[in-house]
Amino acid sequence: MSIEVRDLSFHYAQRAALHDLNFSLKTGEFAALLGPNGAGKTTLFSLLTRLHRLQQGQILIAGIDLDVKPRQVMRHLGVVFQQSTLDLDLSVLQNLQYHGALHGLSAQETRQRALKALEPWQLADRLHERVRNLNGGHRRRVEIARALLHQPSVLLLDEATTGLDTRARQTLNEHVRELCQQEGLSVLWTTHLIDEIQPKDRVLILHQGQLLADDQAAHLCQQTGQAQMQQAFEQITGLSKEMN
Amino acid sequence: MFKLGLHAFNGILRREFQRFVQQRSRFLSALVRPLLWLVVFAAGFRAALGLSIIPPYQTYITYETYIVPGLACMILLFNGMQSALSMVYDREMGSMRVLLMSPLPRSGLLLCKLMAIALISLLQVYAFFAIALLMNIRLPYAGLFAALPALVLTAVLLGAIGLFLSSRIRQLENFAGVMNFVIFPMFFMSSALYPLWRMRESSEWLYWICSLNPFTHAVELVRHALYLQLNTQALLITLATTLVFCVLAVLGFRPERITQSAGRK
Repeated sequence: MSIEVRDLSFHYAQRAALHDLNFSLKTGEFAALLGPNGAGKTTLFSLLTRLHRLQQGQILIAGIDLDVKPRQVMRHLGVVFQQSTLDLDLSVLQNLQYHGALHGLSAQETRQRALKALEPWQLADRLHERVRNLNGGHRRRVEIARALLHQPSVLLLDEATTGLDTRARQTLNEHVRELCQQEGLSVLWTTHLIDEIQPKDRVLILHQGQLLADDQAAHLCQQTGQAQMQQAFEQITGLSKEMN
Repeated sequence: MFKLGLHAFNGILRREFQRFVQQRSRFLSALVRPLLWLVVFAAGFRAALGLSIIPPYQTYITYETYIVPGLACMILLFNGMQSALSMVYDREMGSMRVLLMSPLPRSGLLLCKLMAIALISLLQVYAFFAIALLMNIRLPYAGLFAALPALVLTAVLLGAIGLFLSSRIRQLENFAGVMNFVIFPMFFMSSALYPLWRMRESSEWLYWICSLNPFTHAVELVRHALYLQLNTQALLITLATTLVFCVLAVLGFRPERITQSAGRK
């Protein structure tokens, strides 16, 4: 298993943010994590990336316990945060080299990997350009390339397509799926944009800190008797009732 | 792990340097501030402030010569606080997360950042010394090399104070308070601009506050080192306070604040 979350609970003071969460992701599997605002997605993401300390439960990444060997886990983890974390005043290469150095890569090695990662996106010739001059879609691609620079086995994406136009979203979506198939990368894709989900995708629905559903999108539609994932999602989370 | 640590330090140092080069105005303002003291204020103070022969000086010196070590430390002080500002900025903008995703211990990453900031600050200090020499202020050349370890220690101390403060500052807007409550008191209540015996003449309690100020001891350590002397008391106090603030900075660093900062956006 690439990701295993066992009996995970988390509280902010008296408020429960996550309650007894259990799920796992196989190698090369793609799963979308859906949830309305306040569902606990960010908390789960923060726990997976060690920005929050575990309070209860267990997380294993590539079979390694995050609480026991956190630094080893970081070698297996690539992360793209919702908020851009690129330094706008530095060039694409400088940003990538910084990340590479933090993961023990030499400048030369990083450059080679960066060229390889950016080539399919026609960004290889923009290595020396300041990030500030790139558009939102290109910045996101650089962030994904950066997250994969140290060749992790798990990629976590937190609302990675927020703020991008439809075409850029589609391209990114296709690229990440390709990586799953070709490189055997496991991907947990957190999103609130349901149109990014394909019928065969595995979908985890989180609401009020609880995992309400974990199945293929097409099955969820079937089970709820809905034609669209959007309606299925609203029915499962009870949002349709709230709206009525 | 050691190789990874070296790579990480190299990466952090390179990034700090790249950012430093990007922000040329930061370099200029870091130099303008002490030069203003050296050229403008010193001219006025020289007439009003007589200096007796005090260690490490063996003869009468000009006021400009007296304040050079203090002004060099002033550069380190402002840079230390600037590092706090950049930490708060990184936290607010999210780029701190990149650092935290490294498979290195977080305390090690913070110390790498601290050292990188210290080394960048030293470039500015030596640029300042070069200008002081061009202004015919007498500084022993050997002292410029001998003072290097003292300057590194002072830079680490002030950087650690900056990092500790950054862990206490919740928002970027609150940083202005640091100017009023940390930088100015630390600088003016020290021996950077006037010897402590002068301070004692005007106020006994102010003298004691200045004596307790770690910045005073850092300035004295650098001053003595510049004249090839070792001020053991200043060295021990500066070492001890550096250690205390490094520990406080590491303990005070809480990654949870990063998600809270991002959540406010």
